[in-house]
Amino acid sequence: MKVRVNVTLKNGVLDPQGRAIQHALAGLGFGGVNDVRAGRLIELDLADDTSDAAIDEMCRKLLANMVIENYRIEKV
Amino acid sequence: MAFRAAVITFPGSNCDRDMAVAIEQVSGIAPHRVWHGDAELPEGLDFIALPGGFSYGDYLRSGAMAARSPIMQAVVRAAECGVAVLGVCNGFQVLTEAGLLPGALMRNAGIRFVCREVPLVVENNQSLFTAGYAADQRIVIPVAHHDGNYFADAATLDRIEGEGRVAFRYAEPVNGSARDIAGILNEAGNVLGMMPHPERMIEAAQGGIDGRALFEGAVRALVGA
Repeated sequence: MKVRVNVTLKNGVLDPQGRAIQHALAGLGFGGVNDVRAGRLIELDLADDTSDAAIDEMCRKLLANMVIENYRIEKV
Repeated sequence: MAFRAAVITFPGSNCDRDMAVAIEQVSGIAPHRVWHGDAELPEGLDFIALPGGFSYGDYLRSGAMAARSPIMQAVVRAAECGVAVLGVCNGFQVLTEAGLLPGALMRNAGIRFVCREVPLVVENNQSLFTAGYAADQRIVIPVAHHDGNYFADAATLDRIEGEGRVAFRYAEPVNGSARDIAGILNEAGNVLGMMPHPERMIEAAQGGIDGRALFEGAVRALVGA
């Protein structure tokens, strides 16, 4: 079972990397880039009987830092 | 009484020797050196130091992997039993990732790695780590980090400020840290995390001795020497 975990910064948490990417895009001449938020994509190859609860726990215990990040689990 | 200290080394730690030298210079006793894969700490410790560096190459998030290493479970148990724990730089990141301190250390607001001496204000000189300083004393300690931008939600910031848990504050903007926080204490006051490196200001040859009082204060508070 392939699972993708999308980790993103919570709303309201300043994202310096996103800001730098936004400036770089502007520097390349792309207009109208109102905001950029950078996240992280983690792909997991899991045993088929892995429970949703276990995947959720992986996210909360390690893959995301719940102080600053949200995560979204996507089965592919 | 002998000062029993341990310095933890993770793969990628690079300030562990400086930390051990600082502890030995001030206390007169060489600390135990403990590897991240060890499951147990030496018995009867007074003081545990998590050094600076780039544990596990900063993979995933700074300090994230180290916080889940075998020895950290022992460090968490020791901290809960009241053993003094100092985390410097990457050690501070490990302490927040391990849940021993609130908040998180994010990428510096200016994106760049910051490596320079910075002025700090000692906000709380009542803790075992800061009793060697005067209240509101200004000191100069070097920083060297990419992820030192302290973040916590407003309620958490209000609480730690209200409880006197901000040990050190930057006297000028350094990395975008919320409320210029440079170092914080846990609720019980036996865990301190800070981004500046006190172990790099121990003897005059290093350019200053403003870090020495932290270790002297801790030795006095813990073993009364």
